[in-house]
Amino acid sequence: MAKKLNIAVTGLNAIDSPGPGIPVIRALKDSKEFDVRIIGLSYETLEPGIYMHDLVDKTYQIPLPSGGQDILLQRLAYINEQEDIDVLIPNFDAELFSFIKLEDYLKKSMGIHMCLPTIDQYEQRHKVNLNEFGDKHGIKVPKSKMIFSTAEINGLMDEFSYPMVIKGKFYEAAVAYNYEQAATHFNKISAKWGLPIIVQEFVYGTEVNVTAIGDGKGTTIGAVPMRKLYITDKGKAWAGITLDDQNLMDLTTNMIGSSKWRGGLELEFMKTKDDEYYLMEINPRFPAWVYLAVGAGQNHPEALVKMALGEDVTPFKDYEVGKLFIRYAYDMIVDLKEFEQISTLGEL
Amino acid sequence: MRIKKNIAISESGFIFNPAVGDSYSTNPIGTEIIKMLKESKSVAEINSYILNTYQVEASSFEKDLYDFVKMLEKYKLTETDGQEA
Amino acid sequence: MKKQYERPVISQLNTGVMNKFGTKTEFTPTSHIDDNAVKDLLKEYGSPLFVMSERTIRSTYKQAVRAFKTRYPKVQFAWSYKTNYINAVCNVFHQEGSWGEVVSRFEYEKALNNGVPGNKIIFNGPDKTDDDLITAIKNESPIHIDHLDELYRLNELSEELNIRPQVAIRVNMDTGVYPMWDRFGFNYENGQAWDAINKIMLADKMDLRGLHCHIGTFMLAPSAYGIAAGKMSDLAIGIKQKYNKDIQYIDMGGGFATKNTLKGSYLPGADICPSFDDYAEVISTAILNAGFKENELPLLILETGRAMVDDAGSLLGTVISNKRLSDGRRATILDFGVNVLFTAFWYDHKISPAQDFSHYTENTVLYGPLCMNIDVVRENITLPPMKRDDQVVVHRVGAYNITQSMQFISLRPAIVMIDMEGKAHIIKQRENRETIEMNEVLPEYLKAFKL
Repeated sequence: MAKKLNIAVTGLNAIDSPGPGIPVIRALKDSKEFDVRIIGLSYETLEPGIYMHDLVDKTYQIPLPSGGQDILLQRLAYINEQEDIDVLIPNFDAELFSFIKLEDYLKKSMGIHMCLPTIDQYEQRHKVNLNEFGDKHGIKVPKSKMIFSTAEINGLMDEFSYPMVIKGKFYEAAVAYNYEQAATHFNKISAKWGLPIIVQEFVYGTEVNVTAIGDGKGTTIGAVPMRKLYITDKGKAWAGITLDDQNLMDLTTNMIGSSKWRGGLELEFMKTKDDEYYLMEINPRFPAWVYLAVGAGQNHPEALVKMALGEDVTPFKDYEVGKLFIRYAYDMIVDLKEFEQISTLGEL
Repeated sequence: MRIKKNIAISESGFIFNPAVGDSYSTNPIGTEIIKMLKESKSVAEINSYILNTYQVEASSFEKDLYDFVKMLEKYKLTETDGQEA
Repeated sequence: MKKQYERPVISQLNTGVMNKFGTKTEFTPTSHIDDNAVKDLLKEYGSPLFVMSERTIRSTYKQAVRAFKTRYPKVQFAWSYKTNYINAVCNVFHQEGSWGEVVSRFEYEKALNNGVPGNKIIFNGPDKTDDDLITAIKNESPIHIDHLDELYRLNELSEELNIRPQVAIRVNMDTGVYPMWDRFGFNYENGQAWDAINKIMLADKMDLRGLHCHIGTFMLAPSAYGIAAGKMSDLAIGIKQKYNKDIQYIDMGGGFATKNTLKGSYLPGADICPSFDDYAEVISTAILNAGFKENELPLLILETGRAMVDDAGSLLGTVISNKRLSDGRRATILDFGVNVLFTAFWYDHKISPAQDFSHYTENTVLYGPLCMNIDVVRENITLPPMKRDDQVVVHRVGAYNITQSMQFISLRPAIVMIDMEGKAHIIKQRENRETIEMNEVLPEYLKAFKL
């Protein structure tokens, strides 16, 4: 009989630049081993997942990471009293720091289990530390540098040339072809996400990504590589296809092996004409396209839940090559009452 | 001055303006005031109700009510009677 | 019985574009500080008012000492006077065992006057006059040399006085942090530091007792201290090899961050501030692994100021008025501004109301009372609907505010300290016209006028 579990999930923003929450929930609902009740955790009142009652059983608003851990903890304590959460899966980069810090406490005092990277892994894979991470684990990374003011851009010309990529600490990146563009992007992105800004060498090639999960001891529990077939104007995958790419799989298992990565992650690579792979970014959580892995035969979110609960997980052996995902938009019809309730009471 | 007829306010302080689709949230005392305005109660009536019900000085409520009504106007939730306009 | 009143508020839901993180924040009121009601304190001592918690100072100090002493055998803290030099505060630190660390003659004399022995007052900073140096030499105070002019002058003075000054050199270095503080002391990477050491050792007129560095301020990355401690240890071991001289202490300076939130930081300071244990771990590890013989390990001196006292200070104040700005934003005017809360220039201070409210909030700009456009306490904060005479508490203001506050337009507030038993003591009176005019001299011919 399937085991009953209450699982809290963030990232219900299934919008044009989607969070991974809904795909993770679909994966968990597909599980044969678990019978899950899903508790949505939302930051905004218009996150579509709040209103998707066939997937999300109940949603609670939670405070922003910028509100601090104390407030988050108070809110989680309240939610846990109502829902008795077994496992929590955070899906946003910016909230992970707080959840990693709270992991032990949540487990001991509230019985909420998570399976997250360690704080060191989280910091090391950070954009600003990626060069060091690459050196340590033998992966090529485009040259990048932190800057704190636009005045530093011209000083970089010994090491960088245009085009270059201007990236925010947490989100957003833009390609700059000259100083003016670089300065504009710098100002725009720093206003939103703060300093520093990362300047990165622009690498030409095809973007290939891997969604994977590590057990924290060096074993890769699962990994599925994908190439984006169609990209939105925000750079998000609209459609993608699973690949048979041994180099990519080797890079992934080596990286997870040497870093002893714990939990879900997404590796974004650029594959050049000469078949060289540059690691562009590591996202310390599942990507929004993680359901493709489920479709190809590897239910990573289910494995993550087992790991969170301390169960043994057998690594996945293979996956179906040539499976596609095609994302689609869908207009739900929602009653004003529901919007009112989440807006005023913070739960729905 | 009164609240536009088509503006709905619920017990939880949720206000919806169907003409433009914007929603607002107000606290319990704001809810009471809006309801009274909807019932075309005069400022004097609102004043006397609030002063009798809550611990507040007349002068400080006068300022707060003025500010609140200004915000209602800013959000275009009010309309003026013919003679007042 | 009439109901509790709260100002009516209305706010638009979901204004602006939807982003990943929305805008909602929450608050909890702070009605008491160490068992004293905020409203009682303000009633008794006037508003605004600085409150220092002796309990918090002592417990913070003990945490810091524990973090270092459990990892490294010889540790000494020195109280950084510039961080907060109210005598009562200094003496709490001295009672706990702190030496003094000063950067001016004024601070030096404060420390002497507080009873700190001369040989336990570290004299830092680029500005020391001949008279300052002579006094410090005679008192055997450790003088931390900032530049070559000072080094040469000390050599001369040692001959004149026929006393060997007790010195350390200040070293600056690249620890991978931005900005690099290379304006103080001698650079490690380009050999200036070695050059200064050689000059001291070869002239043989001073006792080179220690090495000092201070790599920056509000350092959120403990790893930089590991790099610095490693480089300092290299220098000390190099001195031992070249001159067979044991360096008695390594002074790692200060710069530890606090839980305040720097402007532009996405996460609140409380979530990202490293603990004393984090700093202690990297510093101790670097020195212990540097290759000193066990009996030759230098004393580790720390001059951390901000992290020791920030949490212990609160600023209490009162709402003067509310107004609506032309764009509809709410503005609240408080009776304190950047004149007394200097750190408002770089922190988004945590500010709590001192009384209960419902959970309804609105976004507000907090202004100070000065007739100056720059007098902004918080550009944007979510607070409950506060009204005139409501009171607020600004948290974590124990560092730098009292010492950097300006007597500008209005008078500086009183300061009280709440002792271990919860009793409040006045430790600095509120300024008045007489105290401000005490040093003014009005020429006789300007005394009279007719209007």
